[in-house]
Amino acid sequence: MKALIAARAIITRELARFVTQRERFFAALVRPLVWLFVFAAGFRAALGLSIIPPYKTYISYETYIVPGLCGMILLFSGMQSSLSLVNDRESGTMRLMLTAPWPRWFLLGAKLLAGAMVGLLQVAIFLVIAWGYGLKFSLIGYLAALPALALAGIMLGALGLFLSARIRQLENFAGVMNFVIFPMFFLSTALYPLWKMQESSPLLATLCEINPFTHAVELVRFALYGQMNLAALGWTVLAFALFFGLALLGYEPARTRSR
Amino acid sequence: MTEALRVAGLSHDWGRKPALRDVSFAVPEGRFCALLGPNGAGKSTLMAVLTGLIRPAPGVVSVGGHDLGRSPRAALARIGVVYQAPTYDLDRSVFANLKYFAALQGLSGAMARDRIAASLARLGMEERAGEKVAALNGGHRRRMEIARALIHAPRLLLLDEPTVGLDAPARAAITAHVHALTAEGISVLWATHLVDELHPDDDLVLLHQGRVAAAGRVDAVTGATPLAEWFLTRTGAAA
Repeated sequence: MKALIAARAIITRELARFVTQRERFFAALVRPLVWLFVFAAGFRAALGLSIIPPYKTYISYETYIVPGLCGMILLFSGMQSSLSLVNDRESGTMRLMLTAPWPRWFLLGAKLLAGAMVGLLQVAIFLVIAWGYGLKFSLIGYLAALPALALAGIMLGALGLFLSARIRQLENFAGVMNFVIFPMFFLSTALYPLWKMQESSPLLATLCEINPFTHAVELVRFALYGQMNLAALGWTVLAFALFFGLALLGYEPARTRSR
Repeated sequence: MTEALRVAGLSHDWGRKPALRDVSFAVPEGRFCALLGPNGAGKSTLMAVLTGLIRPAPGVVSVGGHDLGRSPRAALARIGVVYQAPTYDLDRSVFANLKYFAALQGLSGAMARDRIAASLARLGMEERAGEKVAALNGGHRRRMEIARALIHAPRLLLLDEPTVGLDAPARAAITAHVHALTAEGISVLWATHLVDELHPDDDLVLLHQGRVAAAGRVDAVTGATPLAEWFLTRTGAAA
């Protein structure tokens, strides 16, 4: 019970921080909306999409990229959360949290959950705007997407957590974000289906296939149509376990070499 | 006399650079113990070890009889910490900062509010509760951090150079406040390089180049030599 009080405090602090940072809120929404309203209009003509699962008929390019843009929001949100972790470490509040009398995995897990909740909130608003634009899914699709989005958010948050454990200064973080976010996003099925990539470059298609972000996006894509993609689920869970495990190792009290 | 803190055979390296070497000492209950040492002596490293932020190899830290390595929750619950660097949210109020910390310790509701009020009153900060931390001066920020460290009723208070950057009156006030806490049975480990913060009847652990160079009551250890002179002689540092 006492541990839950601590977890609630960590989550509430993160949510309050997000609500008070209006620029962060709008930036998080503007990015995917620009992709949806501007880039998708241009790409629609250039990219032909064949019928691939989970779609049963031809779809617009805008419809195709909605799950990818949900993933994009979660990816940026995960990185933003890790940025706030680096900031917490620089401001000293991280020390305060890590010296609380709870297991480190629990404290970092609460931080991870908080970041995922912030991401989910942004995705929910994005989906409402997309709905207003005519990109609608069934109620079952929205309900099924919720746990898929949550898992994707937690997995990407765990990646951010791992990165924050390795990065010592905020200045270094911007560079790493560029080396992580953009390759992950563009080497995935967020903007184009895998077979399109396969036609262009088998090597890049292979990289797409092993990219955890691809599987997070596919998990959400299938869920939005009320379907389960077991392979994507497995990959996403595996990636979460790997990233969170590495993050915990990174946040372990430093060991000295044995003497 | 029972011990609030016992450190035994503790060593730590930063990479290839030795930071602590076979450090052993104890802080009895209700005593003010100064961890005195020049800059770079290993005080902050020792504080990081005592709060579980880094793990020593080898060495044992016991807080109120609880081994920090084996029972970290029980040990950490007995410790209040004031770090050398600030550890607060500048854009939140004093009360919000303290409430967050109380919750991290598992305190909520009326109990948390009562503890926060009592801690702030103890440090003469009641009227500052609603102010944003950014609006406070350095002395009040430090007092807030000390008040925060006391919320969960710790038996041991660790302070890492808590008067750094403060003016003389603020330093004197904070030093007096913390000395007074020992009357309530709270043990204090106060890391500093400023000898004027010590009383003759305080305990002293002199840390120099990562080793304990002397330990005991201040007046007993220094004898007839003034503390500042004694410190300079033993470490070659300007006090």
